[in-house]
Amino acid sequence: MESVIGRYRNLIILVGVLFLQVLGLAMQVKKNGMDEEKTRLIRIWAVGAVTPFERGLVWVQSSTTSLWHNYFDLRGVRAENRQLKEQIEHMRLEQVRLAEDAAQARRLQTLLAFKEQFISRTVAAQVIGSSGSDHSRIIYIDKGENAGIQRDMAVMTADGIVGKVLLVYPSVAQVLLINDESSGVGALLEKTRLQGVLRGTANGEVMLERVMSDEQVPAGETVLTSGGDQIFPKGLPIGTVTKVGSGKDLFLNIKIKTAADLSQLEEVLVLVEKQERQATADDAVRMRASDILAQRLPSVPDKPAGDANSAASALGINGQSTAARPKAEIKQPTGTLAKPQGLPGMSPPATTAKTGVTGSPAVGTAKSVKRLASTSGASITVLPDQPIKPTDPDATVPKTPNGSAVPKTGIEPEASQTNPQIAQPKPVARPTPPPANVQPPADENKPQ
Amino acid sequence: MSSRQPTRISHNSVPITYTSGEQVEVYRFSIPVTIGVPLLALFAQAFVPLRFPRFAMYVDLPLLVTIFFAMARRNPISGLLTGAFIGLAQDMLGHNPIGIYGIAKTVVGYGASSLGVKLDVENAGARFLVTLGFYFVHAAVYFTVSRGLVNMTQTWSWAHGILAALANAFLGVVLYFVLDKFKQRT
Repeated sequence: MESVIGRYRNLIILVGVLFLQVLGLAMQVKKNGMDEEKTRLIRIWAVGAVTPFERGLVWVQSSTTSLWHNYFDLRGVRAENRQLKEQIEHMRLEQVRLAEDAAQARRLQTLLAFKEQFISRTVAAQVIGSSGSDHSRIIYIDKGENAGIQRDMAVMTADGIVGKVLLVYPSVAQVLLINDESSGVGALLEKTRLQGVLRGTANGEVMLERVMSDEQVPAGETVLTSGGDQIFPKGLPIGTVTKVGSGKDLFLNIKIKTAADLSQLEEVLVLVEKQERQATADDAVRMRASDILAQRLPSVPDKPAGDANSAASALGINGQSTAARPKAEIKQPTGTLAKPQGLPGMSPPATTAKTGVTGSPAVGTAKSVKRLASTSGASITVLPDQPIKPTDPDATVPKTPNGSAVPKTGIEPEASQTNPQIAQPKPVARPTPPPANVQPPADENKPQ
Repeated sequence: MSSRQPTRISHNSVPITYTSGEQVEVYRFSIPVTIGVPLLALFAQAFVPLRFPRFAMYVDLPLLVTIFFAMARRNPISGLLTGAFIGLAQDMLGHNPIGIYGIAKTVVGYGASSLGVKLDVENAGARFLVTLGFYFVHAAVYFTVSRGLVNMTQTWSWAHGILAALANAFLGVVLYFVLDKFKQRT
């Protein structure tokens, strides 16, 4: 017997060690899932052994980079400064227009008693490590329990979402990236408003699942968080559709390119507190997720105060910021319908109404109104997106069926109080599709 | 690779194998090297992908360190234990159940040390082939365990597998020559 044991000693030990590991593995995966709490201590040891080195190296690297950027790498700063100033001017104009849209959307949400999710507090953290394996797409950040981070908190950058907190240690946290196979995020296509589930694949790609194959999803469409997972607030950017193919079980196979570069993460924000409140039109100065992201990230400079004011005054509008302006001032549209840019029947993009400066299309303004109307059952008359000229305010104001003037920027709650047929929400007996609720005037696209 | 001589049976009926016509050399390492090198490999494996994202896809430094220590010590028990510890530590850095890498590297450690007894693994060609082969052994065991025991979704790509095996083999040859400096003769 002893000779047998002695002869096969190595093999017996191998089998024994393997058996122990299989046993440990079986204990972890029993009861449908991995019990993270039981393996926590052993993970703490490993993480504790590796992360100090990573912290040190990241510190050395960031210090060196900072030194270089602050003292040596100043070539071309003047030109860059000039370019940035020009960019700021453009962005100020854009901001005025977006503030208008935001204020309008907020009023509509109030009108329809919608609830909004807001980011109350975030913690900026630096990425210090990864799992080092393509079978486990996680990163480590240098903030943990001591900084108020908890499990299942959303992690993002200014570009888009990154993942969620999986495990929390005192000074380090483990973040599961959205391209990991075990990750899942509620997602929403921006234009078509189709909802799906975002999942990672074995080779690190991100796919949008659960979208029916009879739906039309164009490549390039933006994907946003839907808020359905209770982790990410609604409306944060995820990425864009790059490829659409037919999948299995009547679902589409939609490949997504993430907005945040998941392979080159340096700083991230952890959403430690969010609030869900009923939307109020008065709360116009409340910050959105993207604003907070833009302010918190170290690479993005703080938003200068009074941008909108200066931009508005530079454009000859009354000097108040849209965000700070009372709602009564927003309500009166001043522009008229301009000639449509496209073919008759097509909805040209909306441009800024008050500044007269052609901006990027106000995607979602009229559409969101239509959507709100259709979801709430309210009968709302909405003008299609039209370019508006700031001249001759009363020349060609479109009329509603009863002959009253319709505000050109869409609908307004104030207007609805005087004219119930325009924007007064009223219950409808049978839900109708969005086009049925939206009644554009007959001459909406007619050239003038 | 050296020319292997046929196994001879000595008078006491114990099989004797030769490598390069000489007795096999068994090496040992100092405690700092024994602990520090695997730890450094784990650290590099976790840190380098932050700057070079493809690194984690193609290179497995802990695997190379496992193979090196196992081949140098030429002791199967030592090899399998080294593989088990390094693999388990690697598991702990990820979010998957602990033990998948542990099992795979235990098998590799045992195999590499057993092979080290019978083969001359001091030259670059042998090291290249051994590393290439053990990469596939490691991948096969990982694949089997993760699919069979843990029910993880795993897809195998031959193109990726071959590229990764070649990358590891090239890097292994270089790394082993560096790590040779820490060897101590018994």
